[in-house]
Amino acid sequence: MNPTLKRFLAHRLVWPITALLVLVIVNTIARPSFISITVQNGQLYGPLLDILRNSAPLMLVALGMTLVIATRGIDLSVGAIMAVSGAVALTYISASPAPEDLSTVLVAIALAVFVALLLGVWNGFLVAVVGVQPIIATLVLMLAGRGVALLITGGFITTITSAPYRFMAQGYLVGLPFAFYVSVIAIVIVAVLQRRTALGVLTEAVGINPEASRLAGVRSRGIIWGAYAASGLLAGFAGILYSSNIMAADANAAGLYIELDAILAVVLGGTSLMGGKFTIAGTVVGVFTIQTLKSTITFLGVPPAVSPLFLAIVVVIVVLVQSPRTRSLFAKGADAVRGGTRRTAEVAS
Amino acid sequence: MMVRMDAREAAVAPVVEVTGATVRFGAETVLDAVDFRLLPGEVHSLMGENGAGKSTLIKAITGALGPDAGTIRVGGEPVHFASPADALAAGISAVYQEIDLLPNLTVGENVLLGRESRRFGAIDWRETHRRAAEILEGLGLEIDPRTRLSGHSLAVQQLVAIARAISVDARVVILDEPTSSLDLDEVAELFRVIRELTARGVAVLFVSHFLDQVYEICDRITVLRGGRLIGEYVPAELLRIDLVEKMLGRGADEMDVHQRDDAAASVPIALAGRGLVSGAALLDATLTIGEGEVVGLAGLLGSGRSELARALTGVDRPDAGVLEVRGAPAHLPTPRRAIGQGIVYSSENRRTEGIIGDLSVQDNITLALQADRGILHRLGNARRRELAMSWIEALDIRPADPDRPAGTLSGGNQQKVLLARLLALSPRVLVLDEPTRGIDVGAKVEIQRLVADLADNGLSVLFISAELEEVLRVSNRVAVMRGGRLVDTIPAESLTVDSLLALVARPEDET
Amino acid sequence: MSAITADLGRTGGFADTIQRFRSRHASWVPVFAAVVILVAMLIGAQAYFGNFVTPRVLSALLLDNAYLLILAVGMTFVILTGGIDLSVGAVMAFTGMLGASMLSQGMPVAVVIPVMLVLGALMGLFVGVLVQYFGVQPFIASLAAMFAARGLAFMVSLSSIRVEEPAILWLQSTRMQGGPGSFYITPTGILALVVVVVGILILQFTRFGRTIYAIGGNEQSARLMGLPVVRTKLLAYVISGVCAGLAGVVFTAYTGASYPLNGIGTELDTIAAVVIGGTLLTGGSGFVLGSMIGVFVYGTIKTAISFLGVDQSWTRITIGALLLVFVVVQRLLVARTARTSR
Repeated sequence: MNPTLKRFLAHRLVWPITALLVLVIVNTIARPSFISITVQNGQLYGPLLDILRNSAPLMLVALGMTLVIATRGIDLSVGAIMAVSGAVALTYISASPAPEDLSTVLVAIALAVFVALLLGVWNGFLVAVVGVQPIIATLVLMLAGRGVALLITGGFITTITSAPYRFMAQGYLVGLPFAFYVSVIAIVIVAVLQRRTALGVLTEAVGINPEASRLAGVRSRGIIWGAYAASGLLAGFAGILYSSNIMAADANAAGLYIELDAILAVVLGGTSLMGGKFTIAGTVVGVFTIQTLKSTITFLGVPPAVSPLFLAIVVVIVVLVQSPRTRSLFAKGADAVRGGTRRTAEVAS
Repeated sequence: MMVRMDAREAAVAPVVEVTGATVRFGAETVLDAVDFRLLPGEVHSLMGENGAGKSTLIKAITGALGPDAGTIRVGGEPVHFASPADALAAGISAVYQEIDLLPNLTVGENVLLGRESRRFGAIDWRETHRRAAEILEGLGLEIDPRTRLSGHSLAVQQLVAIARAISVDARVVILDEPTSSLDLDEVAELFRVIRELTARGVAVLFVSHFLDQVYEICDRITVLRGGRLIGEYVPAELLRIDLVEKMLGRGADEMDVHQRDDAAASVPIALAGRGLVSGAALLDATLTIGEGEVVGLAGLLGSGRSELARALTGVDRPDAGVLEVRGAPAHLPTPRRAIGQGIVYSSENRRTEGIIGDLSVQDNITLALQADRGILHRLGNARRRELAMSWIEALDIRPADPDRPAGTLSGGNQQKVLLARLLALSPRVLVLDEPTRGIDVGAKVEIQRLVADLADNGLSVLFISAELEEVLRVSNRVAVMRGGRLVDTIPAESLTVDSLLALVARPEDET
Repeated sequence: MSAITADLGRTGGFADTIQRFRSRHASWVPVFAAVVILVAMLIGAQAYFGNFVTPRVLSALLLDNAYLLILAVGMTFVILTGGIDLSVGAVMAFTGMLGASMLSQGMPVAVVIPVMLVLGALMGLFVGVLVQYFGVQPFIASLAAMFAARGLAFMVSLSSIRVEEPAILWLQSTRMQGGPGSFYITPTGILALVVVVVGILILQFTRFGRTIYAIGGNEQSARLMGLPVVRTKLLAYVISGVCAGLAGVVFTAYTGASYPLNGIGTELDTIAAVVIGGTLLTGGSGFVLGSMIGVFVYGTIKTAISFLGVDQSWTRITIGALLLVFVVVQRLLVARTARTSR
C-alpha cells in the first residue's frame, strides 16, 4: 500500500470524519432537503444550520469532558451543573427590575458561570486532593445538583422574557446562529490553551502515566483539578445556552443525559476512556456526528423521549469496537479462516 | 557450570525440572537456556540480583508465563501451563509478598475457600472452621480461624497462605521474599513451618536476598545472573563471598579500569542526608555528596539503596532524618521540589516510573523541563525539536527519530532518553539508580563516560549499581550499604573489586 | 506454641475479648455506624416533631420504600464485587411499563410478573456481558443500559398506563395489622423483607455468595484460587436486574400505574443507601442488612423533609451530602490503613 495513503488512513481523525460523512450522505439521500440552506433576512436556515446551533451546549460540555477523560477521570455532573447554571441566571433576571437590560443579562451570566466554576472546582478538589474516585465524586453532584437547581427556582420552571438573553441561543450574527459562534470560541480557546501552553502535553503525560509524570516533576494535582474546573465552567456556559433556547430554567430537563452524549462524542472522536492522548478536533467531529444522529432520529419520527435508546445502541457499538476482546475475537476468526494458529507474545507484567 | 550431585540426589527424581528455558520480551532475552531442578523434600534457594531472571523463571514454573523455548517437567511428565490455575492443579503453589489471599474474609475461609463444608447445600461454617483449625494445627499454628485475615500481621497471613497451599496438596511451595517484613521470632516460626513441609516431602523454593537465612535453611542454591544459569551449589560447600561473587559477577575487563581520584577533602557539599529512615528497608543512612563528586552506592538487593536514593530526591518522604542542600536544611516533599533545588532522580524501574512509553522521544526528553517552566511558558515546537535533536546526538540515542514512541526503544536507549530528560534540567545533583542494568556493554561504557564527564564539569552524581567493578570505575568514593544501613564510605582508589565484595557480602551481625 | 500466632493475646481478659471481637467483626463497624445514625435521626425527629416515631410513620417507612429495599439488595451484590449498576431505576421503569401494558391488554398476572423478572435479568445479563467479556467499565455499560431501558420504557408508551389488575393492587392495598399499636405491613413490604432474607442467606451460606466477597476482596487472588470469577460477576449483575424487575412490580403496585419517567435518579438513591449502609464502594466489604439500614435512613430523611414541609428536592441534597461524607470517610480510612500497613 502506498505509504502516504497508509499514513493518511492511520491518522486519528480519519475514522471519525468518515463516520460523520457517511451519516451526512445517508441523510442527504434519504431527504435531499437535509443539505438545503435557505436565506431569510440575511440569515441562513436549514437542517445543517440547526445542527450547528443545537450542538452548541453539547460541544461545550464535550470539550470539558475531553479534558477530564484525558486525566483518566470522568465527570457525570455536567448535566446537573447546567441545570444549576440556568437556574441561577434565570432567577437573577426574573428577580431584577430591568430584565431587558444588557447589563442585567451579563451579570446573570457571570453569576451563573461563576457558580458552575465553583462546582467544577469542588469536583476537582474531591478527585485531586481527597482522592475520591471520579465516578463517585461527580455522581454526588449529579445527585444533589438538580435538587439545588430546583431549590433555586423554588420548584418551578422559571420563565423570563429578555431579548438579550434569548439572543444567545436563538439569535443570529452575520447570518450564522450566535450559538455557533459560542461553540467556535470555546473550541478555539480550549485548543489554544492545550496547544499554545504546556497544558496539553502535561495533561497527556499525567493521563498516560501519573507516577512517571510525578517523578518528572509534573504538578499532576493542579492539572487534574484544572480539568474538572474547566469542565464545570464549560457546563455553566452550556446551561446558559440551554435555558436561553427555551427561555426557561427547567431543573429536571436541563442537560438530561448530556453526560452520555458527551462521553460518546469524546470516544467517537478517538480519545480513549483510559486517559492520556486526547484530541479536541476528534471531539468536535464526534459532537457533530451525535447531533446529526439525533437529527436523523427525529426525522425518522422517533419521539425524542425514545432517542436515548438509539444513543445507547451507538455507545454499545463503539465500546465493542474499541474493546480488546472484540479484536481478539476477530483475530481468532481471521486465523481460523487463514487456517493456522498464531502465537501471541506474552507481555511482561 | 558446577552441578554437584550426591548419592541421595542421584536417586531421587526432581519434582520440577526445567530444561533450556528461554524467555524473550521483544528484543531482550530475559532468560537464556536456563536449567533448573527442584527435588522433593528439599529447601532450594533461587538467588540473583534484580534483572537476573528469578521472577521470570518463577513465572514460567507457576504458569504465569510460557517460555519461548525449553521444557518444564513436573513429576517427570512434561507440562504446558496455560495459566496459573493449571500449575496450581499440578501441585505448584506460590506465596508472594503481596499475599494472594482475601483480606476481607476469615482465616478459615481463606484456607478452605472453594472447598467449604456443606450441609443441605448451604455452607456449614462450624464444620468449615473446625477443618481449618485442624489444618492449621497440623502445621503447629495456633490461629483462630474465625478471625479476619486482615487483622493479622503479615507473618501470620503468610503462614495462612502456606496452610492453604498444603490443604490443596501442593507438591511445591514457592516462597517469594517471605521474610522481608518479618522480625526474628516470625522468621523462626516460618522456618519451623518450612521444615514441617519438607518433612512431608513438599519441595520449598525459597527466594530471598537475605544470605544468612539462605545459609540457615536451604539445602541447595541456584544462582542466576543476567538471565543465565551460573550454577547449582550446596551451601555447606560454598563460601558466602563466593556466592556473592557469582551473583554480582566480576565483569569483563575489556575496558581499562580507569579509576577516579579521590576528590579533594574540602569540596563543598551539594547534597547531604543524615539519619535517614524510610519504610522497612532503610534503617539508617547518612551520606554526603560533594560538588563534582561521584559517589557510588554498593550493596546487595534489599540493602536499602533505592530507598535511600528516593529519600534523597523527594520521591519518598523519609520517616526520619534531615536533608541538606548546599549546606542548608531542605524540605523535599515531592520530586517537584527536589527538581526545583536541582536534584534529579532516575528510577531503576525505567519502564514504569521513567519513560512514558506512549509519548514520543521528544516529548519524553522535554517533559521535565516543560514541567519545570510551568504551564504558561510552553517550549515552542522549534525549540522542542532542537532540544530533542541535540540530546539525541549528544547521547547517541538510536534510532535518531524524535517522533518515535519511546516505548519502542531498547533498554539502553530508553535510559539515555531518561538521562537526556534529567540533564535538560541542568541539574546540580544526579541520582542514578541502576542506570546500566540490562544494557549492552557499549552503551554501558558510554553512560559511564558520560557520568565522568558530567562530574568533571561540576555535577554531583550518586551512582547505584549492583556491578561492583562498575561502581569502582565511576566513583570517587564508595558508600557500602548492608541490611538497610549505610555502613561505610571509602575512597574508591583504596578498594579493589574483591575488597568491596567482602564489604558488601559481610554478614550483618558482624561489624 | 509460638509467640507470633498468639498475637491475638492469650492472656485473656476484657481487652483481649474486645480485640478478638474487633478482629472477627471489623467489617460490621460501618453497619453499626449506620444503625447509630438511623437511631439518632429517629430520636432527633421525634424530639423535633413530637409525632415521628409512631407505628403509622414507621410502617410507612417500609411501605413507601419497599421498592428501594429490593433495589438495594441487588445493588449490594454488584457493589460487593467492586462494580456498579446505574441502570436499575430505568430498568424498574421499563419493566413496570411493559408489565402495565401487558396487563392492560388482558394478559394474566401469572405470566406478566415472571416476564418482568426475566426482562430485568436480561438487562442485567447485558451489562454483565459487556463488563466481563468485553472489558467495558461497569459505569459505561450500565449507563448504556440505563439509556436503553429509558428509551424502551418510552417506546412502550409515552404516557402513563393505569393498572387495574386486582392482583397487583392487592399487593399494595392490603394492610395486615399486627404488633403493638397500629403497625401494619403490606404484601409488598413482606416481599421486600423476603428479598432481604434471601440476599443474606445467599451471601452468607452459599459458595456463590462467598465468591462475591472474594472477588471484591482481591479479584486476582480469587481467580488464582480457582473461583469461578467470570460466572459470578455475571450473575451479580443478573441479580441486580432481577431485583430491578421485581422493584418494577412493587413500584407499579405502589402507584397503581406505570409511568415512563419513574425511577429517574433512583439508581443514585440506591447507591447512596447501600454506601450509607456500610458497603465499601471498592468492594469486598458490606452486608445486605446494612443496605436495609441505609434504605431506612433514606426513608427517614424523606419523611422528615415532608414533615418539615419544605421542597422535596432537599431529600436528594441531603442524601447526596450524606453519601459524600461516607465516601470521604471511607477514602480517608483506606488511606490511613494503607500507610500504616507499609
